[in-house]
Amino acid sequence: MKRFAAGDVVRVLALGKTGHVRIPHYIRNQIGRVTAYCGTYLNPEDLAVGNTAGRAVDLYRVAFAQTQLWPDDMIPHHDTLVIEIYDHWLAPAEETPNAPRP
Amino acid sequence: MPHDHDHSEHEALVIEDEAGNIEAQIIVDALQEVLIGKGLLTALEVTTAIAKLESPGIHLGAQVVVKAWTDPDYRARLLSDGRAAVQELNIPVTEARIIVAENTPELHNLITCTLCSCYPRSILGQPPSWYISKAYRARSVREPRRVLAEFGLDLPENIQLVVHDSNADMRYLVLPEPPEDLERFTLNELEELISRDHLIGVAREVV
Repeated sequence: MKRFAAGDVVRVLALGKTGHVRIPHYIRNQIGRVTAYCGTYLNPEDLAVGNTAGRAVDLYRVAFAQTQLWPDDMIPHHDTLVIEIYDHWLAPAEETPNAPRP
Repeated sequence: MPHDHDHSEHEALVIEDEAGNIEAQIIVDALQEVLIGKGLLTALEVTTAIAKLESPGIHLGAQVVVKAWTDPDYRARLLSDGRAAVQELNIPVTEARIIVAENTPELHNLITCTLCSCYPRSILGQPPSWYISKAYRARSVREPRRVLAEFGLDLPENIQLVVHDSNADMRYLVLPEPPEDLERFTLNELEELISRDHLIGVAREVV
């Protein structure tokens, strides 16, 4: 069941998982906008330990404003970064507006 | 050749001794010898696998781009399903999905993989060594315009820069803008104009 659609505002969770996670630290806790649904894929966190029987997970492309990711003054306001985030690393942004940031 | 800079400035990609021996190669050779000795592998299987790994290359990416420039219906199919469109040209794609990011007069795309070295290898072959360097992987997201400038591309501020981090299952190709005088060239000439750097996005103009 797809939880998000293009245009939805989402927050990337900081799950604190160890092992082969594909969500880099620089994007955790950041708020972005879903640009596309990519389909379902086997979870790389399972595949990395040889578990090919895990549940397939939804994958989304999410865009972030570069001005929000980095403190520089010189970044043009329209520059973006797009990255792929698995469903279990995403929350609807409005549910977590007061979550403590690290 | 002048060599007066500090060696810590760049990462060692291979560790080589004075005689030119590469440590990893010695280990690989020893392992291969054991596996062949035990009958688990043949030398032919190894060379066949290497040839397969090295056969894709920029020429395949260039074919895709020129087809898109000269056939609007193909371009539309390429942008909606990159994998299927690339396979139409009899290029065997092993990646789950190919996303083609189109440059426009207002927008420029740059591809990176911050976590490792994900790259559309079945189309473009092996990535260049700088693409897998820690410096590119970190700086392509942190200060991409400065990285582009170091590649000789001073991207005007009014052009939007979109950086694509290939961190998971998608693989990306940039579709550069065609040269203005497209009709002047034959298809082969057009393919010659396209470099690997255009398809990663560290170069923009095709001239």
